Amino acid sequence: MKTNHFERFAISPSVMIHASDVRKSYGSLEVLKGVNISVPNGSVACIIGPSGSGKSTFLRCINHLEEINSGLLLVDGDFVGYRLKDDKLHELRASQICARRAEIGMVFQHFNLFPHMTVLENLIEAPIKVRGEHRAEARLHALELLRRVGLAEKATAFPRQLSGGQQQRVAIARALAMRPKVLLFDEPTSALDPELVGEVLSVMKDLARDGMTMVVVTHEIGFAREVADQLIFMDGGTVMEQGDPREMIANPQSPRTREFLAKVL
Amino acid sequence: MNVLPLKDDSVAAKRAQFTVVPLRHPWRWAAAAIVAILLLLLLQAVVSNPNLQWPVVASYILNPIILRGLWVTVGLTLVIMFFASVIGMIVALMMLSPSKMLSLPAAGFIWWFRGTPALVQLILWYNLSLIFKDITLWLPGLGTVFSVPTNTVMTPLVAAVVALSLHEAGYMAEIIRNGLKSVNRGQTEAALCLGMKPSLLLRRIVIPQAMRVIIPPTGNETINLLKTTSLVSIIAVGDLLYSAQAIYARTFETIPLLLVATFWYLVVVSIMTVGQGYLERHYSRDEAGHDPAPGGFSRLGSILMMREKWRGAQ
Ligand SMILES: Nc1ncnc2c1ncn2[C@@H]1O[C@H](COP(=O)(O)OP(=O)(O)OP(=O)(O)O)[C@@H](O)[C@H]1O
Ligand SMILES: [Mg+2]
Repeated sequence: MKTNHFERFAISPSVMIHASDVRKSYGSLEVLKGVNISVPNGSVACIIGPSGSGKSTFLRCINHLEEINSGLLLVDGDFVGYRLKDDKLHELRASQICARRAEIGMVFQHFNLFPHMTVLENLIEAPIKVRGEHRAEARLHALELLRRVGLAEKATAFPRQLSGGQQQRVAIARALAMRPKVLLFDEPTSALDPELVGEVLSVMKDLARDGMTMVVVTHEIGFAREVADQLIFMDGGTVMEQGDPREMIANPQSPRTREFLAKVL
Repeated sequence: MNVLPLKDDSVAAKRAQFTVVPLRHPWRWAAAAIVAILLLLLLQAVVSNPNLQWPVVASYILNPIILRGLWVTVGLTLVIMFFASVIGMIVALMMLSPSKMLSLPAAGFIWWFRGTPALVQLILWYNLSLIFKDITLWLPGLGTVFSVPTNTVMTPLVAAVVALSLHEAGYMAEIIRNGLKSVNRGQTEAALCLGMKPSLLLRRIVIPQAMRVIIPPTGNETINLLKTTSLVSIIAVGDLLYSAQAIYARTFETIPLLLVATFWYLVVVSIMTVGQGYLERHYSRDEAGHDPAPGGFSRLGSILMMREKWRGAQ
């Protein structure tokens, strides 16, 4: 049985990601200055904001690629990087951190597919080696996922033989192969030619429709308006404004948000 | 690159109206003629010179002592390369560690073992007993667990393996470190995000990609090492050179036996070169796609092609 700490911190159990007053510094540079975000189960949160505002850093904290300095950060009721026992936070061992990470999928701006493996090998490597799935089972699941992102015929291709949009769809399938509780996207379409953006966004829309919990850092305001359940505007290491995407885009409250939206729209 | 659309029928047709006069290369032909004459003179000198004693060379090629020496040389090379790669990998990982307590000793290791000649290290290890009379394991509480005289452990063969492994490890550490560093950081992050442990990540993601950068210089190092092992003849390890020397010390057929050793060194180096090509192809299979690209034989193939061209030119 997993211990959950929803009640204790007055968090609704339907919350997948909860951050309150999360702070993170690199040396003397404070990059996250008290971030408060709550992402309910099965919802989509889009994070927008100017360069350097700490969007990537926040995503990287969620799967513990970076360690936070203070604040409360929980994923599915568990402290990121810690275990609460006897009223003390015990730091997790490396293997436990890996086990937690395996449940959180991440999609990168530059895809980061493994170039020395075929598409299928990219998808089945971690399910077999980390989750301990049988090869046949992992293969079957991988092929189904490839069908879902429209790349069933590319199973034996190498990443470099694919277009950017195809690579990113493979990267999404690779993350899904681990059967994650939540998917994090860091500017998944920023490195793509404009005509390839659509195919990736449409895969993401399908995922949202199927009820996948997603946190998406993006500059695609159109996507945010259509798909997101909440829009979060970050600036200077804090959340400036958050709310319903349509309302926020139509009628931004803070002047900084208005300024930013005017630039990207 | 051809800019002209030569495939275009109209252009080809226009070209066909003219006689094409190829550019002549008289100096190239003159140089080739001079080289050919020099080669012929050299061949004549080599064949006709009685001091080379070709029949004697032939009679020793498959001599059991020579073949045993050949095996010692090849075995030494493989064993030393194995230890050098393992130690080199450890030192390379220490170098890349953020902890100074790991990276500084590793840098010191490389500085020391690359900075001194292999021959000096070989003799030093061989004479280890002059520094440490006994090799002793002492544990607090247990006292002396065991103790052996250094001379019984540090046989010539052991000295050779230890000295050359450490020497080679210095080079391998740098090669492996460069290889590991060549792998994009994003690869590590992607693997971490999939829940891979550092050991798995290294084995399945980083090292296979680093191999592409590591193998070519490692191949050169192995070929170098094969030749460097001839140094061990100095401390009486029965390698290929030592075996040849042992025979000509009795028979005074110095030159033929050195030619026998030369022959075998060349044979092994040639085999290694071909093997290196195969390994390089294996680790760049994503670049080759699905086509069976020419591997180890490509060099041979291109030489043959040149011969074909030569024929065509005549
Ligand atoms: N490893 C690091 N060491 C030091 N500073 C860092 C590090 N990573 C990020 N920063 C700094 O933290 C700040 C926030 O970076 P972050 O990548 O989170 O911004 P971002 O909102 O994702 O911007 P972008 O839209 O350009 O991706 C920047 O000022 C950056 O220079
Ligand atoms: Mg970023």
